[in-house]
Parts: sequence; structure tokens; C-alpha cells
Amino acid sequence: MTLDTTLGQAPARTRGAGGPAARTARRRALLNWVAVHALAVAAALFFLLPFVFVFLTSVMNDQQALTTDYWPTSWNWGNYAKVWDTPGFLTWWRNTLLYAGLGTLLTVVSSLPVAYALAKFRFRGRNLALMAVIAMMMLPPQVTVIPMYLFWAKQMGLSGSLWPLIIPMAFGDAFSIFLLRQFLLTIPKEYIEAARIDGCGDLRTLLRVVLPMAKPAIAAVALFQFFYCWNDYFGPQIYASSNHGAWTLSYGLESFKAAHHTNWNLTMAATLLVMAPVIVLFFFAQKAFIEGVTLTGVKG
Amino acid sequence: MSLAFGTRKGSTRKGSAPEGSAGPTDPAAPGPQHLLRRKRRREAARTLAFLSPWLIGFGVFFVYPLVSTAYFSFTSYNGFGAPSFNGLKNWDYVFNQLPTFWQGLRNTLWLVVVMVSLRVAFGLGIGLLITKVKTGAGFFRTAFYLPYLAPPVAATVAFAFLLNPGTGPLNHLLGELGLPQPGWFSDPSWSKPALTLLAMWGVGDLMVIFMASLLDVPKEQYEAAELDGAGPFQRFRYVTLPNISPIIMFAVVTGVIQTMQYYTQAIVAGKVASGIAGNSGQSFEPGYPSGSTWTLPQMVYNLGFQRFNYGAACVVALVLFAISMAVTSLLLRRRSGFMASDD
Repeated sequence: MTLDTTLGQAPARTRGAGGPAARTARRRALLNWVAVHALAVAAALFFLLPFVFVFLTSVMNDQQALTTDYWPTSWNWGNYAKVWDTPGFLTWWRNTLLYAGLGTLLTVVSSLPVAYALAKFRFRGRNLALMAVIAMMMLPPQVTVIPMYLFWAKQMGLSGSLWPLIIPMAFGDAFSIFLLRQFLLTIPKEYIEAARIDGCGDLRTLLRVVLPMAKPAIAAVALFQFFYCWNDYFGPQIYASSNHGAWTLSYGLESFKAAHHTNWNLTMAATLLVMAPVIVLFFFAQKAFIEGVTLTGVKG
Repeated sequence: MSLAFGTRKGSTRKGSAPEGSAGPTDPAAPGPQHLLRRKRRREAARTLAFLSPWLIGFGVFFVYPLVSTAYFSFTSYNGFGAPSFNGLKNWDYVFNQLPTFWQGLRNTLWLVVVMVSLRVAFGLGIGLLITKVKTGAGFFRTAFYLPYLAPPVAATVAFAFLLNPGTGPLNHLLGELGLPQPGWFSDPSWSKPALTLLAMWGVGDLMVIFMASLLDVPKEQYEAAELDGAGPFQRFRYVTLPNISPIIMFAVVTGVIQTMQYYTQAIVAGKVASGIAGNSGQSFEPGYPSGSTWTLPQMVYNLGFQRFNYGAACVVALVLFAISMAVTSLLLRRRSGFMASDD
């Protein structure tokens, strides 16, 4: 709509000032503007329409959700209450929060010292250690899952719970270590040396000097890890599937679909309820998140 | 590592550095030798202490399961009793008697060639677009980025609805426009394109990386090219592309690594489209429809946790490991920045 109005204004704006050369230049700039923004609107439709259709379907009544209608005839907000009241839904929420919250905390606490050592200490085999971190980061979780499952289920008796997913995060997460290390490299040596001259021990230097400077990177790592846990499907499928009481939202959503296979409206409401928290979290922490994404790739 | 090469002329004393130990850290440092040695020992202890969480994790969650997976691949084991050695039987089974293994590899190759390249090209296009947008840039940036945040299971369920051949809005729209209406997730020849569409929807991560690198291209180079009479396409070809080619390489290689791990979207799409009731474990065989969405990670799950053939599952896991590490070594070689350090 904005595009049409600007097009209409175009002749009025170019008339008057400047010679013919200036006029063609201005016209070309305007055409350029229109083309770019038309493309941007088309792309925005591609990215946003799925959300719109999912939302519109989520408030339809049961019959209408089975038709090809786009627009709901009645707005059934009660669908969300129905999803919320589904047995287990609240438990899935609690489990997901526990997994994501505790997992994130453990990851940050255990990964920071490792990343600091890899970035700032000089020692033999440092490059080897870094390569091992990268190898671990690139390893598909399915490669090691058979022995890991046997270990947690048979030796530890922890199958049917999320602990086999949470406990390993107390021992450093390769991706978080790598990302934090990339950031810590950018902290000038002089700060750390000054702290040492002032009589700071290594741990104190890390906590008092490095930690405050690394806050953006820590925020990014925490967000990534929270999202990873929230989105994890394979882990809960392996370790928690046998026990309904340990399911997470990502895992439960699929069974919700299976149990309500004729109710697209309820399924779409549940889908939006699973998406909502990460999207809300993103709006609160947008800057940290985008910084983190660029840190992984660009600022090598 | 640098310690080993850090010795300067005059600083190495005869017999002071035994084979395999580090040379003096700081040749200029004063004080007798035992003090230096004590300092070095303290530094080693400190490094070990800081690395200890990860060293344990590396052993318990990487080395041990890898060795164990290799061992299981030569045994017959279903989780009960003890594994019994059976030579190369699992390897023979996977390579010669399991047609889905080759189908899974072919699917992965398809995804690497089509999905990864389309996603990188689309990500670059969207990144370029967002650097050109003047009005409402903040809105567009958020809109383009948002789908990347949708949890994979939720996004896949949503797409299973949007693309369902019966009542899905997309096919309805295509029908109104008089275009063909494919079966998407229910049609073996359209299931991978449908997954590709889903992957392109979540292109936000690449958009951000490309956006940042495009803004880093020096402006002077564009101005110089323009003075030389280069048009927009020539400027893209001779200024933009050479500047961002390392980022494209990075996006391709990480994309290939992600494709090796491709699991959640494929298995969820198959389950939802097949209509087979949920998470009872044994009821759903991945790959629906007609094996067109098989990938190696799903095969590890299927062989190990649905058929309890741990030996064969470990063979597939090792193949997956070998491919992933080969691709990773490519990443390490091509991008020296990945391993850069500050000294």
C-alpha cells in the first residue's frame, strides 16, 4: 500500500528542481527504492504468512479448521485454554524449563574457564585441545548415542528422565567453549596482565576482570544453549520417551498432534504456545543474540 | 605449542630441558632454575584446573563412546546379555543387505546439493536485500529473522499443516492461481523439496552472517569500481563476491555439517504426514513417504532404538562420524581464522 502512494507522488516530487540529468538520476533512485522495497515486502510475506495462517487456524472452531478457509468465522480463544488444560501440557512446560534453565546455567559455569584457558593461557597441546573442541562441536549426537544410552540407562538407571541430558552440561559444551573463546581472544592481554600485577589470582582475574567484559558473549552463549535445550527433540526422544512425566514441549507437541489428528486448530494453538516463549525471549535479548550469530561466523 | 619454539639464542642451557618438556617460558626472567621450574609446574596445574570440566567431558562423552561404538560395531548386541564378537557381519549387513542405508546416503547427497546451496544462495540474497532496504529496515530485519527462532518441531508441524494436500492454505492458494498442487510431505518426489522450503524459511542465521560481512566490504572499493564504469552486476561480481567468499565457504561447510545431522525435521514431517500415532516408539518407521526422507541419523535411531540391533546402528554411526570429520577438516583447512589465536 505504501508503495502505491509513493508511486503516485513520484512525478510531483521530481518536477521542478534540477536539470534533466539530475531528474533521471532521481528517477532511477526512486525506481531502485521501489524495486528493493517491493522485494522486501514479498520476502516479508514469505516469512510471516506461515505465522499468520497458523494463528488464524488456531482460533477456528473444529469444523472450520477442516476446511480450506483462511479467515475464522468465529474467534475461539478457548482453544488455547483447551490446549493448556491437556493432561501433561503443564508438566512438559515444567520439564522444558528445568532442562533449558539448569542446562544453560551448568553450560555457562563449566564452559567459561575452559574457554578462558584456551584463549589466554599458553600451554603445550593448546591447538590440539582446540581442534578437539571443534571436532566435538561438529559431532552429530547420534554417533555416540548407543554407548551413551547404555551408560545412562544400564549403569546409572536414569532412563525415563532428562538427567542424562542435563548432567553432561556440567562438563563443558563444545559450541559454547568455542564461541566464548572467540570472544575472549578480543580482550587485550594488558587487562589480564595488569590484574596479575595487582596481585589477582587466575580465578579472581577471570571473575573480576574478564567476566564483566565478556558479558555480551556470555549472554549469547546462554541464549543459544537455552534455545538448544528448548528445541531439542532427539535427546528427549532417546532418554525420556518411556516416561510421559519427563517429556518436554518439543517432544510432547508431536504426540499432541497424533492424539488430535483431526483438530488442526488445537494443534496450531499448541504449536504457537511452543513457539511463543523463544520468540518473546528473542525480543528481550535481540542484540545479544545477533551478536552471537555473527561471532560464530564472521569474527573468526 | 608456541612454548616449544619459544627458546632464544643463549637461553637454552645444556641439559636443562629434558626431551618432551617445554623450554623456558621467559628467557629474560631472572632467578635460579628451581624457581622457574616451580612456576612452570604451577602454570601447568592452573591450566589443568581450568580445563578440567571439559577434559572429563571429552573423555566420558566423546572418547569413551566413540571407542565403544567402534567396539559394538563388531559385535552382536541387543541390550540384553553380553555383546558377542561377530566380525564384519554388521558391516556386511549395513552395506549389502540394508537398501535404506544407500537410500539414506542418496537423500543426504540430495539435501547437500539442493538444500544447502539454495539456503546459502537465498540467505545471501536476503542479506543483500536487507542492506539495501532504507525504510522500515528494523521491521524487515526482524520479520526475516523470526522464523529461524521457531523450534524445529513446532515449525515442522506448522509446515505439515500449511502444506497438507487436503486443506492446507498453500495448495489452496496454488489451486486458485491455477498452479499444480503437489503432495508435499505425502509425495516421495516432493517431500525433500518441502523440507527444503522449510529450511529456506528459517534462513535467518545466514542472513545475519551475510549482512554483517556485506557491511564490512570497504566502501572505497565500490566507489572505485563505479568510477571505472562497473554496473551493479559487475560490482557484485568483482567487489562483493571476492570480499565475502570466505563467509560463503563457511556457510556452505557448516550447512553440510548440519545436513549430516539432519534429523528432527525429517522424522517429525514423516510422522505427522503419515498420520501414524505419535511416540509409541516402534509404530513409526522413519523415511515416510517411501523412504524419501531417510537420513543416516534416523537410521541410527531406527536400528538402535526400534530394532535393537546395536551392532548395525554403530556401523551407521561410524560412517556418519567419518563423513562429519572429513567435512570438519575441510572447514579447518579452508578457514584459518577458525583457529586463530592472539599470540
